[in-house]
Amino acid sequence: MKVLTVKNLNIEFGGTKVIEDLSFDVEKGEVLAVIGPNGAGKTVLIKSLIGLIPHRGEITWVPGIKTGYVPQRMDIETDVPLTVREFFRLRGPEATDKRIAEKLEFVQLDLEILRKGFGEISVGQRQRVLVAWAVLGDPDVLIFDEPTADIDIAGQESVYKMLYHLQKNIGLTVIIVSHDLNVVYRHAQTVLCLNRKNLCFGAPKEVLSSEQLLALYGGEGAFFDHRHET
Amino acid sequence: MENIVLPMIVAAFVAASASLLGSFAILKRMALVGDALSHVALPGMALALLFQFNPFIGAVAFLFVTVVGIWVIEYRSSLSLDTIVGVFFTASLAAGALVMPEHDLIEALFGNITDLSMAESVFSITLSVLLIILILAIYKKLTLNMVSEEIAQSIGIKNKRLEFIYLLAFALGVALGIRFVGALLMGSLVIIPAASAKNIARSLRSFMTGSVVFGVAAASTGIYISHLYAMTPGPIFIMISSGIFITTLIIRQLRRPRSGRAS
Repeated sequence: MKVLTVKNLNIEFGGTKVIEDLSFDVEKGEVLAVIGPNGAGKTVLIKSLIGLIPHRGEITWVPGIKTGYVPQRMDIETDVPLTVREFFRLRGPEATDKRIAEKLEFVQLDLEILRKGFGEISVGQRQRVLVAWAVLGDPDVLIFDEPTADIDIAGQESVYKMLYHLQKNIGLTVIIVSHDLNVVYRHAQTVLCLNRKNLCFGAPKEVLSSEQLLALYGGEGAFFDHRHET
Repeated sequence: MENIVLPMIVAAFVAASASLLGSFAILKRMALVGDALSHVALPGMALALLFQFNPFIGAVAFLFVTVVGIWVIEYRSSLSLDTIVGVFFTASLAAGALVMPEHDLIEALFGNITDLSMAESVFSITLSVLLIILILAIYKKLTLNMVSEEIAQSIGIKNKRLEFIYLLAFALGVALGIRFVGALLMGSLVIIPAASAKNIARSLRSFMTGSVVFGVAAASTGIYISHLYAMTPGPIFIMISSGIFITTLIIRQLRRPRSGRAS
């Protein structure tokens, strides 16, 4: 079953085309990875999917579907007067202590973190808090705009493990912007290569040929195609 | 003594609503916009005095137009809000000062709450209470909007509408406070208590409570002292507020020597 169909999506900023004639769809329960070089329009695409950016073309979600969204980065002051517990509570009445504890366990964070300031926890911790926050609404689809350099490798690994776990156990559909092809090969069923247009779409092993990567990233293709088994 | 009890109560309510509104201006990092916005009320009050209608209505009308302007600029144009505010708002203060009848100018600039009529007092208290109720009803959404518009949008919050409601409330709060501290100092009534609370608060709850407590304390003490020494209450209020701010700043520095921003 398709949960999302995108048809002929076009987005412009001040006359510059950022997304051009993009079409793809997402099946229920799959992990779709969106890859592409910097400035390819990945974050723009994600934001248009949740209705933040005006666009031409069709973005059709299955009726009644619930999406959770994890932003790429947040510009937060370290001394913002907001505790992590209060940040959860901003969601409304569904954020009960019991449910918050449940979701924190999902993302492997201690209950201790609830008392800390939202601005003083590490970027990696905040990323997980944001995932927990997003899944607190029991979404059918999690849209995850991956942070790039802000998070260390170990932190990233555990976030992927957690996403994989969520997808496997509760049938969550995941749309993830990823910068790590290794992750794409291991966790995604489908990959969308984006560089303003749809350059490739399909199973990673089938569509991610060296030529494709070269076309997508230009000369950098060789650099990105590194698989390291861990 | 009796004749200052009512002004003290009015000032406390006006300060409570202004500080509560201010806490969100601080969270949104629009302290400067909030401050300068109050200047726009002056030409409205001047016109009201010239054509002999209630200056409050003049102030509200001008603030309303400005708030709509701010909202449109934020969403529709690529102009920097800071630049617009810096030029346009200060210009309207100047224009207001020119048009304003001279004998009313000092009061419009620095305020005077002690000669409020009973009806005006009741009106100010009622409007303050309504503003407080409004803010408390939407504070969770407001905070989320200020932490991340994207996340707010993702759970169905209508950001634009929410910001518009907040700006309108802000405009009403400013119009109310102008009677107390005047167009020149109004920004401080909104900003300083919240800024002081932010120095020492770690949670949203203590931030909002602290802001209101500081605002109310400074406002009522300000009126009392100004009465004792027969001075204009507005500037006294600001001096007390600034004292609180400096105290909280020292406490903050003692508590955590490092500060900065993370992303």
